[in-house]
Amino acid sequence: MGEPCAVIGVGQTEYRTKRTDVSIAGLVREAALRALEDAGLTFKDIDAVVIGKAPDLFEGVMMPEAYLADALGARGKPMIRVHTAGSVGGSTALVAASLVQAGVHDRVLVVAWEKQSESNATWALSTHPPLSPTIVVGAGGYFAPHIRAYMRRTGAPDHIGTLVAVKDRQNALKNPYAHLRIPGISREMVESTPMLWEPIRYLETCPSSDGAAAMVLASESAARRAPNPPAWVHGTAMRSEPIFFAGRDTVSPQAGKDCAADVYRQAGITDPRRELDCAEVYVPFSWYEPMWLENLGFCGEGEGWKLTESGATGLDGDIPWNASGGVLSSNPIGASGLIRFAEAALQVRGLAGEHQVEGARRALGHAYGGGAQFYAMWVVGSDRP
Amino acid sequence: MPSEPSDRSEPLVAEHVLEFPGGYTRSVGPVIGRFLTELRDGRLVGVRTASGGVLFPPAEYDADGEAVTDEYVEVGPGGTVTSWSWVSRPRATHPLDRPFAWALIRPDGADTALLHALDVGTFEPGADPPRSLRTGMRVRPSFRAERTGSIRDIACFRPDVTMITAPSRAEYRLNAGRALTRFLDGVSEGRLLGHRCDVCGKVYVPMRGLCPVDGVPTTEEVEVADTGTVTTFAVNNIPDPRAPQVPFVSAYILLDGSDISLLALVAGIDADRVRMGMRVKAAWKPREEWGRTMENIRWFEPTGEPDVPFDAIKEYL
Repeated sequence: MGEPCAVIGVGQTEYRTKRTDVSIAGLVREAALRALEDAGLTFKDIDAVVIGKAPDLFEGVMMPEAYLADALGARGKPMIRVHTAGSVGGSTALVAASLVQAGVHDRVLVVAWEKQSESNATWALSTHPPLSPTIVVGAGGYFAPHIRAYMRRTGAPDHIGTLVAVKDRQNALKNPYAHLRIPGISREMVESTPMLWEPIRYLETCPSSDGAAAMVLASESAARRAPNPPAWVHGTAMRSEPIFFAGRDTVSPQAGKDCAADVYRQAGITDPRRELDCAEVYVPFSWYEPMWLENLGFCGEGEGWKLTESGATGLDGDIPWNASGGVLSSNPIGASGLIRFAEAALQVRGLAGEHQVEGARRALGHAYGGGAQFYAMWVVGSDRP
Repeated sequence: MPSEPSDRSEPLVAEHVLEFPGGYTRSVGPVIGRFLTELRDGRLVGVRTASGGVLFPPAEYDADGEAVTDEYVEVGPGGTVTSWSWVSRPRATHPLDRPFAWALIRPDGADTALLHALDVGTFEPGADPPRSLRTGMRVRPSFRAERTGSIRDIACFRPDVTMITAPSRAEYRLNAGRALTRFLDGVSEGRLLGHRCDVCGKVYVPMRGLCPVDGVPTTEEVEVADTGTVTTFAVNNIPDPRAPQVPFVSAYILLDGSDISLLALVAGIDADRVRMGMRVKAAWKPREEWGRTMENIRWFEPTGEPDVPFDAIKEYL
């Protein structure tokens, strides 16, 4: 894993349907400046900038990293753009961490963002190219059949997705940055919303958000001088697999299992449910909580929905998932993975505010993207590994 | 019909215009005169009151009747809407010929507001006010090119620029490549073609010319049936131009003889009756409408055969 690496600064913007009060550059700066403030640094102290976002078609700005270099104080410094679809926020953090772990840089600024209000993600993901031998029906239309397959395979009752939709939105009420803040959110409220892509209801999906998140990653010597407690990186892993191949398990993809096994091995974790204190996991459709509980080894196959139903993943459960409200409550797509990684860091730094998991010392950050084919994960902890 | 009695005839009506020829002349005095002179030069000025505030537009006296000082203060041009009233059907004498707002606008640096027309865009007559129109909105005057020293030197106020549209368009010439061209050639003849991998023996329909698992080129052509089994599906309630109606079903269909399912529409059955394991058959368009496109198959429809048990499809999910 190389040299030690720590998160010494975290910055987030308010996540909203439309951040019309700022430009794209203003949005990324808002997150970056907050992360620098947390780290007690300025742009001058930064050695390199790593930036991530989802497809350029979302905002129609080709290679936005070139235009954002000045806004992020990157003039005269290395700047790298990362793109791995929805998992990009996670893999952007991992590219930045690798620059520190390799001993190349001491302080790396990592920023990820999306300004979904500038177009429409469903349009951008369903461009209907000619000659296509198969249909494309947006992200919800893509994932709904796989959720149905999970339900059929495990015999999970219909209401499990509703439980997650309520739980994550209740958590969001404790997170001042969260986009969807629905007072009085309840099962009845979720169940009364229409099926968009059955079996996915409206309130069982993520919102479309504008927003950015940033972190400052530091070497050990730089982390020792940081004003606030660091979150140490205990393990990092990325995996990918093709979207279509014969024999693919689309419900619990092998790449996700391999990625989890790798990151746990680095962190010395053999029983994630017991050895982790909380997790921030990419759950854009509520059913993905029980699906990822199994894929990430928090329980046996077919047991994920039971764990969700038992309340174990609630803020007061034994393994809280998405204490921040998760992707179901805020979804600036390119930033969503980085937010998971950053929220995991905030938890082990003891800086998560009202949604702090009491005594959290080790946390998982997770992101996935494409047709559940790209994975990025890290484990962070209060103690230097 | 009997005629109306004479005492119920229409009253006599005539048009009458009262307009002093050439318009009234008004001496504006030194204070308003200064205001109008500055306006002609494209500037907004207010006047300092005895109590230290800035009165805009200026007058000889402030609201308490106290004389103002002789200190003129440039204000604006940016300002804030403090109140407004929507005019959905403008009259002939109104400054704009489309729906607009009368607004009280307080320029930056002034303590009082000016009433003027606020143009917030193009709307049909009778339109409701746009949601963007609100107290607190930031606006600027739009000066006429030819100014004479009149309040009408300001054509209207307009909102600050907060959004632009950025049209962009990319045009591509897509090349299907050999494998997809061959597949679509087959479809143009009503045949569904695939490739069998030499290494794993799996059949891919449509073929891609490679096996994504073994990483080897594939060449062995296999023709498969246009019948298959629904492995899993979504019921879509968001309209799509390619679907016959809402709700429509998009389903993974494992064609008989293929080892990988294909996402396609299922129709000819109510959406709530589609099942995992349901047997389906391609619904081809009339042969004379066929081309080198998968659109030759409108969608897949139930065959009426018994469902396939879950155990037989669970490896394909």
